[in-house]
Amino acid sequence: MKIDKKIIVNALIALVVYAAVMGLVKGGVLSRQMMSLITPVCVYVMMSVSLSLVVGFLGELSLGHAAFMSIGAYTGCLFLIATKDILPVLVSLLLAVFIGGVAAALLGVIIGIPVLRLKGDYLAIVTLGFGEIIKSVFNSLKITGGAKGLSKIPLVATYKNFTFVFILMLLVILLVSHLVNSRHGRAVCAIRDNYIAAEAVGIPVSRYKILAFVIAAFMAGMAGVIYGANLGILKPANFDYNASIEILVMVVLGGMGSIKGSIIAAVILTLLPELLRGASDYRMLIYAIALIAMMLFNNSSFKRNLTEKRNLQQAEKLSKEV
Amino acid sequence: MSLINAILEQLLNGLRTGSIYALIALGYTMVYGIAKMINFAHGDIIMVGAYTLYVCVSLLHLHPILAVVITILVCALLGVVIEKIAYKPLRQAPPLAVLITAIGVSYLLQNLALLIFKATPIPFASIIKVPSIKIGGVHVSGLTIVTLIVTTISMILLTLFINKTKAGRAMRAVSEDKGAAELMGVNVNQTISITFAVGSALAAVAGVLFIAQYETLLPTLGALPGIKAFVAAVLGGIGSIPGAMLGGLILGIIESLAKAYISTQLSDAIVFSVLVIVLLVKPSGLLGKMKIEKV
Repeated sequence: MKIDKKIIVNALIALVVYAAVMGLVKGGVLSRQMMSLITPVCVYVMMSVSLSLVVGFLGELSLGHAAFMSIGAYTGCLFLIATKDILPVLVSLLLAVFIGGVAAALLGVIIGIPVLRLKGDYLAIVTLGFGEIIKSVFNSLKITGGAKGLSKIPLVATYKNFTFVFILMLLVILLVSHLVNSRHGRAVCAIRDNYIAAEAVGIPVSRYKILAFVIAAFMAGMAGVIYGANLGILKPANFDYNASIEILVMVVLGGMGSIKGSIIAAVILTLLPELLRGASDYRMLIYAIALIAMMLFNNSSFKRNLTEKRNLQQAEKLSKEV
Repeated sequence: MSLINAILEQLLNGLRTGSIYALIALGYTMVYGIAKMINFAHGDIIMVGAYTLYVCVSLLHLHPILAVVITILVCALLGVVIEKIAYKPLRQAPPLAVLITAIGVSYLLQNLALLIFKATPIPFASIIKVPSIKIGGVHVSGLTIVTLIVTTISMILLTLFINKTKAGRAMRAVSEDKGAAELMGVNVNQTISITFAVGSALAAVAGVLFIAQYETLLPTLGALPGIKAFVAAVLGGIGSIPGAMLGGLILGIIESLAKAYISTQLSDAIVFSVLVIVLLVKPSGLLGKMKIEKV
């Protein structure tokens, strides 16, 4: 019965969040600026949850997550522009999101098959290089508008269409959390913890690595379409190395291997810079320091002592109960 | 004749950029060989070098040679400090943690430069003023000559240092087997510090040559040559010092030919495709050793 309780609580939280945002939008409490942030928050939640699958659960570092987002964004938004007068808005958006996700997933397969056979360091560099390739291709293509960007995208995913965006975000979160708790998810975690042992017990390591990578790419592609349909314009420069790092910061600060943490970090880190506009010069600097400090803390003897103490206390409690 | 000359000139350009990549790639490869980590911040050391040179020459009006010496010292010191503060506590940590820390350091350096020097590009005329010469109809710029001479000397010195000195022998021992080297009385911490210092000093030289070529200062100027140099290191076989030199030169020539004869915009994409192809066909690189993994 414990699991059921959890599901009910999470569903309640989702409902409350949805009602609160809808209430705030309908009540006219929010400023224009805050309203314009609603969709980006959802987009970044999707991005960080999907990257969390790769970094937190698979244990591989991908520095090209923004590139997958851009592939999805461009293909999906081109589709939106092409079908804007033919199909009803919701059908067109739904199809665009799907097409964007598939395009990103396809590229995930193409890049994943050769590279995931290699060790983590190489994956990081290749995904980074891959991001640069995608950026320069979008910069030189005519159909994407080059460096000036793709404009006149129908604005179909703004806060007015919050229900759709919210449901998509919930689906992404649900998919990842279910995957992680499933047999497949345990296989993915096993690969992270010790891939030799995982291989020895018969887990097809490469297949699971590619599976996780492609699912993450798919979700990033979907998030990209929403991103484009909210802004109305896409520029290759929006999806550079920095964008990938920002998502990585969300995952790391939220706690690697914690979906809840990624969601919370994504919400805070998307809202914070807008609320603290004065400190925008220092934002990236703070991110960098936070990354280093987090890693040093995670691996410090101080933290080891803390966890050991907690484990001891728990063990004592258990022995007393027995 | 003119076509051959044009190609020769492109090859020379390629050699010039390639030798700069080779200098940077040496730093990656040395650090990887010893600390088994990719120092993402290595590219940004080039940027720090370029800015230090700018401060010394344009703001403090020092003699160029003195300025270059100061630049090399600053970068070497920075490399050691980064290692001590950020990487040393993580020696036993999983590779992912080290990688993220290195990205954090790279980001930190870029954003510090952004805060201090602002985002507007600063024009900075080359400090290398050597007239160009003509060899048999091929125009060779002074910068190319200086770059090739400086990189050749640096590489010879590095090879001598690694093969002939005690510290170099210690470096080779640590990269072969850290535990055994420690048991034989090699001071591992000191050796790692020396490696970072030498690698960063080479990056500083590369930074000086690089900024003489591009003449514009930007906080992100080190990122792209850094990544390309990493591609060069992988191409040559990461961990192998001759490999890094060879990989750098090959990459520089590929890039220069791609820029001239295919497309300027796509040249970066071509360089990264080289990386993907190398990893697919021969992950250990041209001169790297294939390691068999034991459980």
